[in-house]
Amino acid sequence: MSSPMVSTEQTSTAPSPGRGIASVTPATGTGATDSATVALHIDWTRCDGRGLCAELLPELLDRDDWGFPRARDGSRDVAVPRTLRRHASDAVAACPVLALRLSQ
Amino acid sequence: MNATLARQRRATTVDVRRLLAAPTADLAAHEQAHGPLPTPRDLVSLLRDAGLRGHGGAAFPAWRKLAAVTPTGNAVAVANGAEGEPASAKDRLLLRSAPHLVLDGLTVVGAAVGATRGVVYVPAELAPIVSRAVGERGGRDRFALTVVEATDTFVSGEETAVVSRLNGGPAVPQDKFTRIVESGVDGRPTVLNNVETLAHIALIARHGAGWFRAAGTEEDPGTFLATVSGAVRSARVHEQEYGTTLGELLDLAGGISAPVQALLVGGYHGAWVPMPAAIDVAVTRRDLSPYGAAPGAGVVVALPAEACGLAATAQVLDYLADQTARQCGPCQFGLPRLAETFRLLATLPRATGARQARATPRLVEEVQRLAALIDRRGACRHPDGTVRLLRSALSAFRHDVTGHLSGVCLAGAR
Repeated sequence: MSSPMVSTEQTSTAPSPGRGIASVTPATGTGATDSATVALHIDWTRCDGRGLCAELLPELLDRDDWGFPRARDGSRDVAVPRTLRRHASDAVAACPVLALRLSQ
Repeated sequence: MNATLARQRRATTVDVRRLLAAPTADLAAHEQAHGPLPTPRDLVSLLRDAGLRGHGGAAFPAWRKLAAVTPTGNAVAVANGAEGEPASAKDRLLLRSAPHLVLDGLTVVGAAVGATRGVVYVPAELAPIVSRAVGERGGRDRFALTVVEATDTFVSGEETAVVSRLNGGPAVPQDKFTRIVESGVDGRPTVLNNVETLAHIALIARHGAGWFRAAGTEEDPGTFLATVSGAVRSARVHEQEYGTTLGELLDLAGGISAPVQALLVGGYHGAWVPMPAAIDVAVTRRDLSPYGAAPGAGVVVALPAEACGLAATAQVLDYLADQTARQCGPCQFGLPRLAETFRLLATLPRATGARQARATPRLVEEVQRLAALIDRRGACRHPDGTVRLLRSALSAFRHDVTGHLSGVCLAGAR
């Protein structure tokens, strides 16, 4: 499992960073219901490959030749299974350049 | 219409004249050729019935984009004529020849989404021509039209790059977590269409979906502008029906000027279709898909047999690597590495000694590994398109790859 680099106390409904669009746009909201599929979105224009997300979500992400996160399944937005939602939220919160968001 | 019949009926291939029907670019000639512009009551349904897809490259259904615009009553409608693709000239030709058809389309789309502002985004050299056309219209349109100069880069016409530019930033792609149809120019819902798409919309608004579908095929209705260049006698832009063959496009360009080994279809983000099979391949999404190609923005480049397909691809990959916006890591670092590694393969027959020994083992595997590392990992499709071209080269020029790995270049030897 992931290393406890950041607190896992926070709930999975923490708002995504950025412009707060999620609160007004249902299609991109982060308030995941249990049945909905949640995906981890990487803003590549922000990401500079610090690698915390790959440490927190080793089940879903590894790192490429240059240190940037890479979806193990090769998908564009990474599907997050229910069991890993807490860790995905941690990764979103831990990203130092706010490059990660969760979407439904 | 049955596409096969339509093709058989064209015994001698000539240009279709829908978009380029007006003899000159001025407003009087435009009105005489096309008549008055009605405002369709339900443009979304009309475009869905017509089956129009975008002509900028991605072929997204035009109606679906319109239907996705958030109805706030202050949308921005953008005509995109940036045409950063080096092998394409059709948007420039259209803006020069029929600017009012493009502006008509922008007006119709703007009316449908409740736009209060219209922007025409064009290469700097065309800004005076388009501005003159806007002036000729004398404010007849329901919202103000402004002309904005595009920067001369490959990605400057990517939709979020256009929005960034119109918001006063650099013309580089942005993250797409928030779609521009929700929040784009000035944070307002923004609908952006390629200029040729808009010209088709202007004609569909006048003549209807049935008229539009009288050309082309069931799945790819209508006409398209094609830029045919390379080893042809007369490189220029042609209007043709979808379903026409690549061979007919070569005929329109005066025929080939030298033996040709493959056609680059869809531009620098497109794919190689080998000759002679290419001659009978119809320009439709279905017929081109086995080659990993698509009609895209209508680009066809004929590669002469005397050239090396791997060297030609390496040249394009170098260009595409140079055109990365340097924002997204896998693209910024991956494309130069990919281009460099592919160039080793392309120059292998000329390499000697230590370099050849270093380069040969598993070179193709390394190229494929890098491609997989880059594909789909950017804010825009620049990495994806670059990988598409590379993969098609490995397939279309597989005998060249084998030759190069044993130190022999097949250029001119076919």
